[in-house]
Formats: sequence, structure tokens, C-alpha cells
Amino acid sequence: MRSVWALAATAALSLLAFSTTTFAGEPKQGGILRMYHRDSPGNASIHEGATYSLNVPFMPVFNNLVIYKQDEPQNTMNNIVPELAESWAWGNDNKTLTFKLRQGVKWHDGKPFTSADVKCTFDMLMGKSQQKFRQNPRKSWYEQVNDVSTNGDSEVSFNLKRPQPSLLALLASGYTPIYPCHVSPGDMRTHPIGTGPFKFVEFKANESIKLTRNTDYWRKGRPYLDGIEFTIIPNRSTAILAFVAGKFDMTFPTEVSIPLLKDVKSQAPNAICEVEPNNVSTNIIVNSSAPPFDNIDIRKAMALALDRKAFISILFEGQADIGGTMLPPPNGLWGMPKEMLETIPGYGPDINANREEAKKLMQKAGYGPDKHLAVKVSTRNIPVYRDPAVILIDQLKSIYIDGELDVVETANWFPKIARKDYMLGLNLTGNAVDDPDQSFYENYSCGSERNYTNYCNKEIEKLFDVQSQETDMAKRKKLVWDIDKKLQEDVARPIIFHARTGTCWQPYVKGVTVMTNSSYNGYRYEDVWLDK
Amino acid sequence: MFAYLVRRLFLMLVTLFGISVVIFFLLRIVPGNIVDILFAAAGYVDPADKANLEKELGIDQPLIVQYWHWISGFLRGDFGYSYVSEKPALQEILPRIPITARLAGLALLFSASIGIPLGVISAVKQGTRLDYALRVVSLSGLSLPSFWLGLLILTASVAMFGQIPIFNPNPATWLEAFATYAVPAAAVGFRSAALTMRITRSSMLEVLRQDYIRTARAKGASDAAVNYKHALKNAILPVITVIGIEAAFLIGGLIVTETVFNIPGVARFLVEAIRWRDYPIVQNLVMLIAVVVVSANFIVDMLYAVFDPRIRYTD
Repeated sequence: MRSVWALAATAALSLLAFSTTTFAGEPKQGGILRMYHRDSPGNASIHEGATYSLNVPFMPVFNNLVIYKQDEPQNTMNNIVPELAESWAWGNDNKTLTFKLRQGVKWHDGKPFTSADVKCTFDMLMGKSQQKFRQNPRKSWYEQVNDVSTNGDSEVSFNLKRPQPSLLALLASGYTPIYPCHVSPGDMRTHPIGTGPFKFVEFKANESIKLTRNTDYWRKGRPYLDGIEFTIIPNRSTAILAFVAGKFDMTFPTEVSIPLLKDVKSQAPNAICEVEPNNVSTNIIVNSSAPPFDNIDIRKAMALALDRKAFISILFEGQADIGGTMLPPPNGLWGMPKEMLETIPGYGPDINANREEAKKLMQKAGYGPDKHLAVKVSTRNIPVYRDPAVILIDQLKSIYIDGELDVVETANWFPKIARKDYMLGLNLTGNAVDDPDQSFYENYSCGSERNYTNYCNKEIEKLFDVQSQETDMAKRKKLVWDIDKKLQEDVARPIIFHARTGTCWQPYVKGVTVMTNSSYNGYRYEDVWLDK
Repeated sequence: MFAYLVRRLFLMLVTLFGISVVIFFLLRIVPGNIVDILFAAAGYVDPADKANLEKELGIDQPLIVQYWHWISGFLRGDFGYSYVSEKPALQEILPRIPITARLAGLALLFSASIGIPLGVISAVKQGTRLDYALRVVSLSGLSLPSFWLGLLILTASVAMFGQIPIFNPNPATWLEAFATYAVPAAAVGFRSAALTMRITRSSMLEVLRQDYIRTARAKGASDAAVNYKHALKNAILPVITVIGIEAAFLIGGLIVTETVFNIPGVARFLVEAIRWRDYPIVQNLVMLIAVVVVSANFIVDMLYAVFDPRIRYTD
């Protein structure tokens, strides 16, 4: 019965998704969207990277089985629509997810798309195939998938070890494109072949990326654009000036900082700019396996010393959010409500009272006005990391902790934290999908490659599994709040703030939707058109 | 002469060998390698995946083996593949050379065509208001960092003309094509022009006090003839030396200018390659530059010997 309802819901959503999108004017065909790119991505293979520098230019080349609706700003389960799948259904035990695949879809090289391509993609992601990715940063997403099986050319099933409703959300991410079986991972890094609305033309490192319209696209009438050209401009000032001068139709998404946004608005008043959360948290990684932060009192004191509003007013002129691990509401789906958040030590509004409590904890640990604790605060040598680290050092002074900034080149950052060669670190964590499974397992589960602090709490890990299997969303949300609260109380990886950033485009660019709870999923660009 | 040529050739080969060793080992001293960076970009560290990738790229082998692979390939004209783009290194390097060469050539032209005449005028008009004004201009040229000047030009251009003179790979007109290089060349050449002007001025002042200049004036030679025919001809030698040195140093200035004006030249590419520890690109590109510079020196040495027999007999 459940699957019947699911099918009906899917069909309704499909109709909704593929009905003609209405804009202020009638969409026009043609034109090249010119955008600058913030840096030169290492390669063109989305599956082998973990930066949206890859998703923005290469997501238009691909399709997923399912995708978050591209004209809805918030990623929710209700906004997931079929793409290469025509429909999906959960089995009665919620351990099988079956997709009926779209017929007649062709890869950009003319070969037909079949269920074998889906199986190939996920076998590679799960490390089960002969062909291997050089890097596979999201292997853990498919931890609960036993195998992927095909039934003819047009049906594919994911057989799970246990129910995991969030699998659908993971499959809808911009990080989950379907790759062709007949193209090697090496070729996909240099010349990606997809089924998406745009075909790859060329990628000149440090120079440009060019895509052209896929005239054979299965979604008739799309895309509107003839192509997309990304000019790689690493220098932010040059890029913004070029946008102001009209050389580009759009800035790189979510890359305009709040101060730069003021420049854009003053110099190009007609430009349309949106500031939205990007679901990237700035947090502190604590080496709790070595002194002094193996002492829970010192960790708690540090958490109590944080004045999150000060960070936000200095760095974002007030435009950022305070929350736990999950992005806070209303943009975030799973963040704790404000009343609950304020009950967590360090989140209360009275900063002085928090710091008095912190001082007592420090004194209990043997530190005080005459004996300060000297620590190194390590961070990457990039402004978005360095700037908050400096504020953190300043705030820690109030509780007898003398911090020294230790800037680390990018090449050495992850090796350094992997070998636990740090005391405190300031880190940024981006969440590809606004779902607790992605965030909790990736960052807090015992043994996870991205659990940099090695925080390991078997009790809480059981709760991860409980929430992960819960199909009732209201119940799951309650479980997630409790887990998030516990993670903050354990000072596992104190969250300082969730950033907001801007995206701007010229007034003649239509059909742009900036997503509000992830910066990885909204770049298919098939609904974008130019009114000129 | 033959012995001289053989000695110079041997010296050239030894120098190139030394440079290749320095480039190779200096790059390995820099912390982190391409695999560290790729995993840093992917945000995770998996020792097994890392080991596989190191093996695939050959950077798990002993340094001496890696050196031999590289240098023997270089001598055969096999430059290997870029670790990042996975394209042949030569295919990545070659298209960028003309871009930087044009920019550097224009910058040097700007430096010489502005710096030398203004230096002469400043020397001839020593102590006048014009001289003071030109000296202020030259001092400002030496003081302004080229990245700041570049950004200032871009900002002013957008504010005043609504246009931005950054690199355009497909210029519509020859004027646009010229502007693509001329504006950044002026930004980077301004400092160089200022230096050239100061050297020209001081060299000219020295020459203008010589007896033969006084004699020329006494014989009734015109100011123009004295300044440009007699004085400048003798004052120009140190200026040429400085312009030569500037040409070598220009690569440093071009890194910043190529970044600000978004020019996809060799200088910016080299910095990016160093950032990614893309050994095949960095090693081969630096080695190519070294070959060009050392060969040029070799040719100059030969020419000296041709024109001045004392050199080939005494060296």
C-alpha cells in the first residue's frame, strides 16, 4: 500500500516538475550564459571531488536518478523529483528502493542510457567494481546499500541493509550524477560524458570551461541557453569588477561576501543579489586525545567563552546564523529551535555569565589570571578560515587561554589533522545535503574519514542509527534535535556559526534559483534563460 | 676558438645539469605533494587511496629513480603528463608561452620607449621643474606595487568607461586585441620604465660632463646632436644592461599582473602548478626557461669572442 501511495506521489510530483515553468515573461531560447569561476577545479569528475567548484560547472552535464527541484530554493524530501528515473517506490520493508528508468535517453556520445550505467556508477562509488575512482570521498554515503541490482534495461533497485529514508536525499544531491559505464573514470576527469542539458566542450585549466546545449536532451524544450561559459578568475576583485562592467551575466554562486555585496550594489544598482545560507558551518576541531583538551572541563570552558554574535557582526555584518550541527531553521530543515539551542552551555544570551562559568572551569583545571594556558590555533591559510580564527583567539583570552595562530598551507592541512598534530583547529564543514545522515555519519561517527576529531561515542552512534531508520519525519526531527544537543554539550566539534553568502546576476538573467540549505545541488541551469 | 667553444659548451651542460638537480630537489623539499593536495581538496584522507594514487603517479619511487625518469624523458622530448589536468605537459605549456612573450615584449617596449627619452630629458633639463616632476613620476613608478596599480587601472576603467580591460581570448577588433596586452603591459612596465629612466638620467649626467661633450658643443654641434648622437650613444650601455636584467626579473612582475588582469600566461600557470605541486609542469617549464637563458648566454659569449679576439685568447 505504501508503495502505491509513493508511486502516486511521485507521479504527481513528476507532473509538477515537468509542467511549464512560469516566469514573469515567456522564456526565450538562445544566448550564452557568461559566468566567472572562482578557481580552476582539479578535474571534471564530480564523484572524485568535494568542492562545489566542480558542481557548478559540471552539474549541467549530468542527470541524477532523482534531483531536488531546481526552481525551489529549499531542498526538502517533498521537492525531490525524478530525473533519469521516471518514478520510484520503496519496498514494504523499506529496505528496497526501486527506480523505473526513463526510456530513450542518450549519452552525449550517442550511446543509450540503461540500468547498467546506474549499477556501474554505484558499484564504483561503493568500491565494488574493477574500475576505481582515484578518490572516492562519498563512499560512506552508501554504507547501508548492500548492492544495486538491475531488472532489464529500465529498472534498478537499491537493496539496503536496513531502512534508510535519507538515501533518496543523497541520491538527489548534485554530488550524485549517473556516469556512463562505457567511459573510464580517467576519461571522465578530462572529458565528462553525461546525459544532462549541456554537453562538455572544453576545460582549459586556469582559463575557461565551456558547455554547449544538448540538442538531443530528453526534456523537450530545455535547456533554454545555447551554452554556458565559465571564465576562471581567481582574483575576487577582478571578478567582481568584471561583473560590474557587464562582462559577466552572473557571479560565481554564493561567492560574493557581504562587504563585496555592498560594492556590487553601489556600482551596479540594477544587479539582482540574494544572500542565503550555504549550509557551511564554521567550527572548532578539538584534539581531545591529548592534553590539555582531553580534559572535558577545558573543552566546556572553551565552548562557554564563545560570543557567536560577535563573530557574525564582525565577519558578516550580522547576516549569518547561530545553530548546532544542523543548519538552523527556517532555511534548515533539521536545526534545533531557538529555545532548545539556548539551553546548551555557551549558547545562552548572557555572554558575561557564560564566561564567568568558563573561568571557574578553567580554575578547576588549574589555570587562572596568573597561569594562562598556551595553545596553538591551527587553521588553513585562507581568509575564510583565518579571519574567524583570529577572533577566536581574541575571545579565548577572556578565559585565561592564550592562543597563537598557526596557519597551515592547504596541502598540509588534512595530513596535519589526520595525524592529530594540532591542539585546536578552526575548520569549515560544508553539508552537501541538508540531512542528518550525511552530517552525523560523516563528521561524528567512530572511524569516519572526515571525523577529524575522532569523537567517538557509541551511545550516540546508536542514536544515529535510530534516527536514520525513522520514517516518521516528525519523530525523526525530535531525535535529531536531541542528538545535535548532545553533540554540542559534548563539545565534539563546537559550531560557531553558519555562514551566509551572496549571488548576483544581471536583471536580464531569468530563472535563477539560489538554494537556501545547500550550495551543492542547484546548478542544472536548464531553466535559466536570458531576456535580451 | 674551437677550444673556447668546447669549454663554453661543457660549462653550459654542467650549468643545465646543476639547474635540473636544484629544480627537482627544491620542489621535493616543499611540504606536501599533489596527492596531499588532491585529498585536501576532497576533504578526507584515506591511506589506501593515497598509496594507490602515489603509485599511479610514480611519486612513491625513490627520488633518484624519479629524477632519472624525468630528466631522460626531458632529453627525449617526452615531458610527461600534468598531474592535475592529465594532459601532456607540453600541450599545457606551449599555448601559454606566446601570451606571456607578447606581454613581456610589450612591457619592455613600454619601459624602453618611455624610460629612455624621459631619462634623457630629465638629465638635459637637470634642476628644472620638469626634471623634478619627472623624478617624482619615476619615484612613484618604483614605489607603486604593480598589483595595486593594476587594480587601480581596472577600477578606474570600470568607473570611467564602464569597460574592464581584462584578457579576452577572442577579441573582436585589433584595438581590443592590442588593449588586451597594452594595458597590463603598461601596468607592469611602469615600474620598469621608472627604473630605466633613473638609470638613463644618471648615466647621461655622467656623460654630459665629459670633455668630448664640451668639445662637441665648442665645435658648434646642436643640442639634439650632442644629446642624442654623442651623449646617449655612450650613456646607453648601462641602460641596456638594466633592461636585460629587467627582462629576466619581469617574470616575477608578470605573475601578479597576469593574476590581476586574468591573463592565462606562463607566469600565472607556473604559480598554479607550484600550488598543486604539479611536478611535470613545474620541472619542465622551469627547465625550458633555464635552457633558453643559458643558451642565450652561450650565444652572447660566442658573439663576444667573435667580436673581441682578446676574450677567446685569454679565457
